[in-house]
Amino acid sequence: MNTRGLRSQLKDSVPVTGMGPQVGAYGVQDTLRSGFSSVKNELLPSHALELSEKNFQLNQDKMNFSNLRNIQGLHAPLKLQMEYRAARQIQRLPFLQSSHLALDTLKGNDESISFEDILNDPAQSEMMGEPHIMVEYKLGMM
Amino acid sequence: MALSNVVETPASGFNFENVSRNVALEGLLEGGHTKAPKPMKTGTTIAGVVCKDGVVLGADTRATSGEVVADKMCAKIHYISPNMYCCGAGTAADTEKTTDLLSSNLTIFSMNSGRNPRVVMAVNILQDMLFRYRGQIGASLILGGVDCTGNHLYTVGPYGSIDKVPYLAMGSGDLAALGILEDRFKPNMELEEAKELVRDAIHSGIMSDLGSGNNIDICVITKQGVDYIRPYQESEYKDKRQRRYKYRPGTTSILTEKIVPLELEVVQETVQRMDTA
Repeated sequence: MNTRGLRSQLKDSVPVTGMGPQVGAYGVQDTLRSGFSSVKNELLPSHALELSEKNFQLNQDKMNFSNLRNIQGLHAPLKLQMEYRAARQIQRLPFLQSSHLALDTLKGNDESISFEDILNDPAQSEMMGEPHIMVEYKLGMM
Repeated sequence: MALSNVVETPASGFNFENVSRNVALEGLLEGGHTKAPKPMKTGTTIAGVVCKDGVVLGADTRATSGEVVADKMCAKIHYISPNMYCCGAGTAADTEKTTDLLSSNLTIFSMNSGRNPRVVMAVNILQDMLFRYRGQIGASLILGGVDCTGNHLYTVGPYGSIDKVPYLAMGSGDLAALGILEDRFKPNMELEEAKELVRDAIHSGIMSDLGSGNNIDICVITKQGVDYIRPYQESEYKDKRQRRYKYRPGTTSILTEKIVPLELEVVQETVQRMDTA
């Protein structure tokens, strides 16, 4: 359920970053799929909703925590964020699918269903990342 | 196929990878005098009326895709919960999926809490969902239901605007339907009178709008239950096409009949028990 954030909470929303290079399978510009590379393509989103959807969950969380801090004091969001962090740490290896059950229960996602559960389910993704690269990226060795 | 550049799992939800490609393709197709296929819109007349005992919702059954009638028996009144139904106008797939999601969310809620959901809860969920997608989901909905606080009728626009009103019409034929409703609506009407009023409103929408037509569906929601009358009234211009082309048994007359019994005797019988746990 969205809380109706006050305008003052806008300062806590996630800043806008660029879209990044449109890399394909071999690490270079995928001309067939995303057209010729240009600075405009990299900076501006191609769809009106792309930016807002990328950061939607983060923005919602920031707004909710900010409201909670104003209502109940600093301890409330601190305790919640500590629990989230603890639940997020125990997962499978990066290239395997984890259920995120504890995290979902804490956030209340187990009682609602939205487009994130239906579309583009990572458990049914047809591509797999290269396991060594993904583990190296996660451990910061890349 | 393992990709060497994927370092994080892809995010779930909407994927915008093909947007720029689609925009480029659209430009190429227009130049070549061909068009991309249009999504199926319901181009519709839907109406709702609050009466003394409950809520009456009505809808036509035509779905258009550009200038072609795509579906003559489209069901536009969607089930949300045992005490709530929702009529949808706009893009057909969007209204169907949105009402499906809403219905699932409310089912989870009612299983958790053991109560029938209230209409305001459904309206708030819809509003949040539609505003999040800034109107890209083309669904204009009329939500009607009966709960412990009374009979309610709400409209939700594609951008998330809501309005709570005693009578309502939406869709491309809404102006014609609203004319009838404005003329004859009275607060606290009887059920039969309300059904007739909604029928007349949808009928005038069908007559005056190209996007509405075929049959009229009516859904009556009261505290006792729901009566979904589909179709309430069929159009005179019905299709005479049969869907099944099998011959009835007895089409070919039987001239002679000869029965030869096949005599078998049981030689060996074994029983094997099946594990049904």
